[in-house]
Amino acid sequence: MKSLAELAAIREKMKNTVNLREGDGKMRVVVGMATCGIAAGARPVLNAFVDQVASADLTDKVNVTQTGCIGICEYEPVVEVFEAGKEKVTYVKMTADKVAKVVEQHLKGGKPVAEYTIGNN
Amino acid sequence: MKELSLNILDIAQNSIKAKASLIGIHIKEEGDILSFEIVDDGCGMDQATVDRLVDPFYTTRTTRKVGLGIPFLKMAAEQTGGYVRVDSVSEKIDPQNKGTRVYAEFHKSSIDFTPMGDIVSTMVSLIQGADGMDFDFTYQTERGVCALSTMDMREVLGEEIPLSSPEVLVWARETMEESLSEIL
Repeated sequence: MKSLAELAAIREKMKNTVNLREGDGKMRVVVGMATCGIAAGARPVLNAFVDQVASADLTDKVNVTQTGCIGICEYEPVVEVFEAGKEKVTYVKMTADKVAKVVEQHLKGGKPVAEYTIGNN
Repeated sequence: MKELSLNILDIAQNSIKAKASLIGIHIKEEGDILSFEIVDDGCGMDQATVDRLVDPFYTTRTTRKVGLGIPFLKMAAEQTGGYVRVDSVSEKIDPQNKGTRVYAEFHKSSIDFTPMGDIVSTMVSLIQGADGMDFDFTYQTERGVCALSTMDMREVLGEEIPLSSPEVLVWARETMEESLSEIL
């Protein structure tokens, strides 16, 4: 049975790590979550990023956030990756299955996955 | 939309955009009727805006000239013989009682009834994306109630642990899945 007591345990465990997570210079993964994105399948994409960024131990380095309509509804689900000092990378027609490669190669390895970007679709 | 839970996610984004501090999402199944309300204390709308909501060519977005959130929901409800109702109080008219309530009712036995789908993922997505806001979620069936309140969670977590922490989201997901499995 899940309970709020477990949440208190999570709090104790996290207390010392939280400060590391704030601070600038992080990579930002932004998922478009307007009607167009949601209808095209953005929810599983968002949840895959949240889960896999955590399981790859990247939460100190990468922020996953949501935004409204990016303006290219026909390419949804759209995901933008921002990194200080680098050009924005726009992934289009994303699926939950494609997320693993973006996490591994781009968020971890620093190399955008060219085949999923808007230039190649 | 392939799932009603996606409509709920979509409509709740409007409450987030209206800068609500508390968003209630209450789903109820009773006999053949499935209903839900999304109620917020955000900025609200005047009556002229409410009247235009069902018009696909009305939108607040700036990137496109169409807005399909409410029209999609209305279609999903009406194709089962149900309906959608929107009530709103604009902050300009009554700042004490400002906010919006979107209510939708569906007939489950209709062949055109859209299944609820993954409501847990909808709630996790909302909590993940709206760190400063609170959600009060209930799902009531004849077998009982599943409830999740981010205010209760915040009370335990204190100020320093954000609700959007992956560990917290996993807890919320598992808690809801467990409690929903008992009532659905």
